Amino acid sequence: MARAATTADAFNAVAEPRRREILDLLAGAERPVNDLVSMLGVSQPQVSKHLRVLREVGLVEVRDQGRQRMYRLNGQPLKPIHDWVKNYERTWNERFDAMGDLLDELKREEQGNAEDE
Amino acid sequence: MLKTSKGSAVLTLPSDTEILIQREFDAPRHLVYKAWTTPELVKRWWHANRGTVTSADIDLRVGGKWRWVMMTDRGFEVAFHGEYKEIVPDERLVYTEVYEGAPLAEDGEEAALNTLTLVEKNGRTLSTTLTQTRTKAVRDMIINSGMEGGMQDAMDLLEQVAVSLA
Repeated sequence: MARAATTADAFNAVAEPRRREILDLLAGAERPVNDLVSMLGVSQPQVSKHLRVLREVGLVEVRDQGRQRMYRLNGQPLKPIHDWVKNYERTWNERFDAMGDLLDELKREEQGNAEDE
Repeated sequence: MLKTSKGSAVLTLPSDTEILIQREFDAPRHLVYKAWTTPELVKRWWHANRGTVTSADIDLRVGGKWRWVMMTDRGFEVAFHGEYKEIVPDERLVYTEVYEGAPLAEDGEEAALNTLTLVEKNGRTLSTTLTQTRTKAVRDMIINSGMEGGMQDAMDLLEQVAVSLA
């Protein structure tokens, strides 16, 4: 199957496990590429390729510091993903809250029955 | 252990093809199991305050089928069905789950495998639901299926994800 050339959104950008690792590392601190290379144990061209994808969707920003390029995380593009997952979590919270009320009722019924016996 | 207060369910995505939801209930596990496996009880909690559960068929035996249907307050029907694979009363349920509105529902790839595990401690129950899908697209679709607020947004996102995976 042909791989889509486009990586135009954050969903696709974070679908790649390595790229999520990079984001985790950058969440801790602004870092130059060499740091990422040694921390991840993969080649510099590989890391640069992932950084390019992350930059394209705005998840990573870069600035020059002397001769080094420093990369940092920009979390804003992650918000749609966060919201999307939160919505699902909210649905299950509503369900489980309703179940909690139901369980309270079932518990009372059981205790009531036990007292009747 | 997790808390039992309102809104205390915790969702995590352990991998690209999994969804994990944990919640503690202040009730013994046989009651939690009963709530999952009794049609009249399912109708009282599965609605998620977004509509009415119109059908909750449960044939609780290995190989038995289930199908739950909800009519949402917005007037559309949401239906899921599947088959029970493993049953350990009060303790564990393994079952497949298919969202009937899924665009991938044709090719058989859509079935997720759900494992409900109930662990009781001091009269309280830790409930864990692990959903395992064959592809990330299906996992993402399942998350979308729970969307009520901003259904259109959800569909737009789904489309983006589907396009990005094509």
